[in-house]
Amino acid sequence: MSKTVKLRKGLDIRLVGAANKVKTESPMPKTVAIRPSDFHGMVPKMVVKEGEAVTAGKPIFHDKYNPSIKYVSPVTGTLNAVVRGEKRRILEVVIDVAENQNFESGSPIDVASMSGDQIKELMLESGLWPFVRQRPIDVVADPSRAPKAIFISAFDSAPLAPDFDFVLHGKEKEFQAGLDAISKLTEGKVHLTLNGKAPADATFKGAQGVEKNKIFGKHPAGNVGTQIHHIDPINKGEFVWVLNAQDVAIIGRFFLSGKYIPKRTIALAGSEVKDPHYFETIIGANVSEIVKGRFTSDNVRVISGNVLTGDKIDADGHLGFYHNQITVIPEGDQLKFVLTKGWLGPGFDKFSNSRLFPTFLTGNKKFRLDTNLNGEERAFVVTGELEKVFPFDILPMQLVKAAITDDIDGMENLGIYEVAPEDFALCEYVCTSKIDIQDKVRQGLDLIQSECM
Amino acid sequence: MEPKFAKGGKLEKWNPFFESFSTLAFTPSHTTKKGAHIRDGVDLKRTMITVIFAMVPALLFGIFNAGHWDLAVELGNRDLPFWADQGEKIYRGALIVLPMIIVSYGVGLGVEFIFAMKRGHALHEGFLVSGMLIPLIMPPDVPLWMVAVATIFAVVIGKEIFGGTGMNIVNIALTARAFLFFAYPTSMSGDKVWMNGLGDKLASGAEMDGFSGATALGDAASFISDKPVFENLDSFTAQYSLWDLMMGTIPGSIGETSFIAIMIGAAILIFTGVGSLRIIASFFAGGYLMGFIFNLVGGNPYFEMGPEFHLMMGGFAFGAVFMATDPVTASQTATGKIIYGLFGGIIAILIRVVNPAYPEGVMLSILFMNVMAPIIDHYVIQANVKRRLKRVKTA
Repeated sequence: MSKTVKLRKGLDIRLVGAANKVKTESPMPKTVAIRPSDFHGMVPKMVVKEGEAVTAGKPIFHDKYNPSIKYVSPVTGTLNAVVRGEKRRILEVVIDVAENQNFESGSPIDVASMSGDQIKELMLESGLWPFVRQRPIDVVADPSRAPKAIFISAFDSAPLAPDFDFVLHGKEKEFQAGLDAISKLTEGKVHLTLNGKAPADATFKGAQGVEKNKIFGKHPAGNVGTQIHHIDPINKGEFVWVLNAQDVAIIGRFFLSGKYIPKRTIALAGSEVKDPHYFETIIGANVSEIVKGRFTSDNVRVISGNVLTGDKIDADGHLGFYHNQITVIPEGDQLKFVLTKGWLGPGFDKFSNSRLFPTFLTGNKKFRLDTNLNGEERAFVVTGELEKVFPFDILPMQLVKAAITDDIDGMENLGIYEVAPEDFALCEYVCTSKIDIQDKVRQGLDLIQSECM
Repeated sequence: MEPKFAKGGKLEKWNPFFESFSTLAFTPSHTTKKGAHIRDGVDLKRTMITVIFAMVPALLFGIFNAGHWDLAVELGNRDLPFWADQGEKIYRGALIVLPMIIVSYGVGLGVEFIFAMKRGHALHEGFLVSGMLIPLIMPPDVPLWMVAVATIFAVVIGKEIFGGTGMNIVNIALTARAFLFFAYPTSMSGDKVWMNGLGDKLASGAEMDGFSGATALGDAASFISDKPVFENLDSFTAQYSLWDLMMGTIPGSIGETSFIAIMIGAAILIFTGVGSLRIIASFFAGGYLMGFIFNLVGGNPYFEMGPEFHLMMGGFAFGAVFMATDPVTASQTATGKIIYGLFGGIIAILIRVVNPAYPEGVMLSILFMNVMAPIIDHYVIQANVKRRLKRVKTA
């Protein structure tokens, strides 16, 4: 029984610099890196030492507290450095890419004859497991749990997000193979949620063995958390697994070829890049090859991911494990004079969800927004603004307050099990008091994980 | 200049002072560190200044109105044409109102700075609104030192002991007014304080025959006392027509008299989303409902007065638009806001009509609802929790 969901709440932030639908194959990067911080809460245990050779698809570290989950190298090469931060925490594992990419040889795997447990085993062993994330808590899925359903979003509604219809066009086989494999992981349904506003590509339309739902609305309609909430909400004690559509194709590629080929099409977007378009590259790739010579100004911020939830990286940093885009926007580290660009200015350059700025008059104008906080952090004063961009039957402000005050009962009652930090990204964007809401929600989730899981 | 104020600098202690003023002139160069990399243009400064803009029509009319009654007292002519002698009236009004604004801001910000420096944070914007509200809800004849004392009381006891902007339980400006109302009742109520100079003139023994300095509310409240000022409702409405109440050409607290000026402010607040339409609309609805119920009961002229009079008399509209909507002290949930507003309006009229000792029920009603707001929110939140728990059972 597929569902159609219509959302009234939400916000599409209109930014300059959407990627043109042209794809370039980017050359193999010089280095790739895997960042343990991409897998929240995971403590890596290295199995390869610095200077040793690594092969694509072979483990470089595993989860210290859950050793069955292995993290593999996306490429063949040499382990260059294990970059450590405070308390010797591993920040990044950098691998020099060898010139010859001899992918681990393999042969097609027959999914149909395998049981769910066998597939799980294989995915854990071959480094595919980290693609599977779980709700609640929004971390890499715990393989010992049985999910009640698996959710895949067929589109990304975040600002300047890549168009999955374009990205996965012509990859029907891989995507379907991936779906076939993961649908064996659950007794429940696999939900594929399509964008109601645009016709879906054949890859999604033709997908078999899944429940196809439609969702209409502004961002965060494409967030899998929103979709779960409206289609099959999570109650306490239940688990749902989620995957990114492109990662399903990577999983499918593995089962079709027997090789781990973590290639991904990413969008290079943002107001500060020349000719924004799509690139085919590899997970963890050094972005310098992609962004080199494309900046239109000097003082920019390079983000792996989208502007709402991505990570700040250097111009020669590495693409995140889950990210499908690189966004480049201007840094906003300048003072802004009150009457021109500050709090008393006319504000035609500001995009606001409130009517305190003339954004609502500007029709479909696209904006070039910088990273300035546009104010200072204050106590929670304004009420009712978070609710406008939070399409859940959850009281966002009260939940955030419960998270800030470490109120476990409050968080449980108010729906912490249904949300991930990314669901609050728009709340964080519109917050008048400039509170880092995603961070507060993450802290709340950490507390719940340590106390209640 | 900045290094001197930075940590370890010579003037470190004065950093809150420096920060407050520098951020007034320039939005700081702070960039996003965690989470979303871009942020909405809106900040608390812009929100608060919008509230102040919304109060400007009421303020300007208040200045003119105060000047008008000042001149009327001086000439001993209560029937002085309202729109004549504009220059003179604006000048007189400004002399009454501007010092109150200066005292309110000066004293209030002074106290805030002491606390800000003690706590090491910049001044928060909340008082920018409170500082304007306080003069607007004072009678024109109130002594300046009382404004100062009330402001200190409100900022310290009403706000800072709870932790500052965003932490207070009851509305700051109403705390100031309530403090004066109970501490110095003769300066805050009665029939001598609503026109500047009237008290002094009477005290000096001047003959002021037929010169009443009472407000419409005071006169209306006398209906249920032993000595009604008016014989019946008709003679009351002859003195205070609906049009007068709407325009605000009557004595009263500085900002509260003109319904039209307040409604311009309400339009600004509602349009920009700074003031909650839910609260404003339900507050008026509650007041109308209660006025209507009294109408049905009947029995004395005050009960029989049309509910529309109640909405325009006294501080009802001002309270509904500028006081009840204070997001910190109002209910925070959408449903809670409606309940909060509705009861605020009902109780305001209830106090006003039934209890002649407190002609101005709006102040007490809003303060009461401020205290009740967390309870309302609690039940609204519990309803949400229960609804979500039910999902488990049906599934």
